[in-house]
Amino acid sequence: MTDTGNKPVSIALTNCSKTFPDGTRALEPLDLAIHAGETVVFLGPSGCGKTTTLRIIAGLEEPDAGGKVLFDGVDVTHLPIEQRNVGMVFQSYALFPNMTVAGNIGYGLKIRKVPDAQIKARVSEMLAMMQITRLADRRIDQLSGGQRQRVALARAIAVRPRALLLDEPLTALDAKLRDTLRLEIDSLLRSLGITAIYVTHDQAEAMALGDRIVVMEHGRVAQIGKPREIYQRPATRFVAEFIGTMNRLTGSVSNGTFTCKAGGIAWPEAPSSATEILFRPEDIRVVESGEATGLKGTVAAAFFLGDRTRLFVDVGEAQPLVIESTARRDFSHGDRVGLAIDPRGLLVL
Amino acid sequence: MRHETRRLILLLLPAGIVFAAFFLLPMARLFFIGGSGKTGWAAYAAILTDSLYLDSLLSTMAVAAATTAATLVISGISGVFLQRHKFPGNALLVSMLTFPLAFPGVVIGFMVIMLAGRQGLIGQVTQALTGEKLVFAYTIAGLFMGYVYFSIPRTILTVMAAAEKLDPKLEEAARSLGASPWRVLLDVIIPGLKPAFISAGAICFATAVGAFGTAFTLAAKINVLPMVIYTEFTLSANIAMAAALSFVLGIVTWLVLAVARTAAGSSVAAAG
Ligand SMILES: Nc1ncnc2c1ncn2[C@@H]1O[C@H](COP(=O)(O)OP(=O)(O)O)[C@@H](O)[C@H]1O
Ligand SMILES: [Mg+2]
Repeated sequence: MTDTGNKPVSIALTNCSKTFPDGTRALEPLDLAIHAGETVVFLGPSGCGKTTTLRIIAGLEEPDAGGKVLFDGVDVTHLPIEQRNVGMVFQSYALFPNMTVAGNIGYGLKIRKVPDAQIKARVSEMLAMMQITRLADRRIDQLSGGQRQRVALARAIAVRPRALLLDEPLTALDAKLRDTLRLEIDSLLRSLGITAIYVTHDQAEAMALGDRIVVMEHGRVAQIGKPREIYQRPATRFVAEFIGTMNRLTGSVSNGTFTCKAGGIAWPEAPSSATEILFRPEDIRVVESGEATGLKGTVAAAFFLGDRTRLFVDVGEAQPLVIESTARRDFSHGDRVGLAIDPRGLLVL
Repeated sequence: MRHETRRLILLLLPAGIVFAAFFLLPMARLFFIGGSGKTGWAAYAAILTDSLYLDSLLSTMAVAAATTAATLVISGISGVFLQRHKFPGNALLVSMLTFPLAFPGVVIGFMVIMLAGRQGLIGQVTQALTGEKLVFAYTIAGLFMGYVYFSIPRTILTVMAAAEKLDPKLEEAARSLGASPWRVLLDVIIPGLKPAFISAGAICFATAVGAFGTAFTLAAKINVLPMVIYTEFTLSANIAMAAALSFVLGIVTWLVLAVARTAAGSSVAAAG
């Protein structure tokens, strides 16, 4: 068998921009280094250039002149996809309707002229790995969405590609199935140790799967980092607001206190120029009655979620603050509450 | 349950009436007329024993099959190309390609003569090049050319419509697995276009079997079944024989198409 592709590859893009023939500028010049064996997630809103970047890496598109794609340092910019040995998984599955499940999974091996007996063995191995052995002889139109995506994954990894490229593979599935398959993909990528690039617009998926996340905006990289860094130290307002929930207060700093409409927050390290502070819901809490606080608001809405209560508290800003409170206390619309913010969670962007 | 059956029968009624009125009854009538001549039911036997009839039946089928094959190849390639590559003038070219649809068979025959007849373009070019004049308008080759010319437009349109519905992701998936453009064609594009090929091919075949005007215009040495039927009917006034031939022509065409369809269907099943 052609086992050459077994070793994970490192991928580098240098100065890759993309302008489509109709003039659409999909990517601004972009540099990106992906280490061998890591899982990188491209995250961003629809139309930000995730698919285009992935297709350039795959060899389905060429970057504009001057851009380069390197696999393990070797220039593959002009190498067509069929010679790159990359596995692809699409949102729409893209399974061959004229072949059975086994035929689909074995297709890449058949193309490589692997002997029949070996194809059969590898296909059985893949079927077992994806837990779809009983579907081997089914036609594609007899499968559910989740089963189809399992077949597509098996087909892509059967040939032991140098890298696995997944474009929103779970977007077409319902929420529950998405969670199950996400876990399976996560353990699959880890056990294979393959270089994987995973495109999604779902930040929860990105957080769960990525060793690193590349957040994209309007054809540019907004930030690259580990999920924790992206969440806790967003580089731009766009990243801060795209990932998770962000609260915002406007005001000014004097004598180590940030003062806003709802009151003051003691913050000794406050940069004196700050006119707006950002923080996550988990960094603000409702104080117990009797506890001293300089910050007050009015409950605009309270949603009891079982394990906790999600509060929307009006503090005279354009947007109410989002606060997670323990489920023990009962809130209702119009309650006046005191608030406390952990200054370690404050961001100025 | 009985109610359900009644409803089904009611729904089937319109199709049933049309089928009976325009197909079953005329075919039955044709069948009986075929056996009502001087020779009786022997007219049917004559189709197999008389070499005039048998040869014309066979050459009709052969020319129709060749036309279908050539048309599918040419239209398949051009249809996919025209759908995939939009160049200036693409729309104009496509609309011009559909031109021959409006022509009666006589006009098609006339065009074949202009091209491959005694004074035709091909004759003049070959004479200039080789000193020998190539004339084939009045043979089965001329008929074949006319039929292909006539069949290409509608087949191209069918192929283009089907090519538009092909999922480009399938081709990309195949390529990512290492398939060359040739393998993509064999494993993805042709299977994807197969239903269109089958339906367009069936229409093409049936039309070529029954086409009369072109054959009539090119008449001289051509002996296809519609011509024989015409001769029996008008010149020999042998209405029974004409009816028997028509009946057999219909049945044989139907049989050929049924066999082709089953073969294509089972090859899909075998591949799948
Ligand atoms: N083939 C194409 N021709 C013209 N514009 C395109 C083409 N493909 C994508 N685009 C445009 O490029 C931009 C980025 O697209 P894409 O990479 O698909 O975004 P994403 O995958 O992040 O949703 C979008 O504005 C899109 O409309
Ligand atoms: Mg996309």
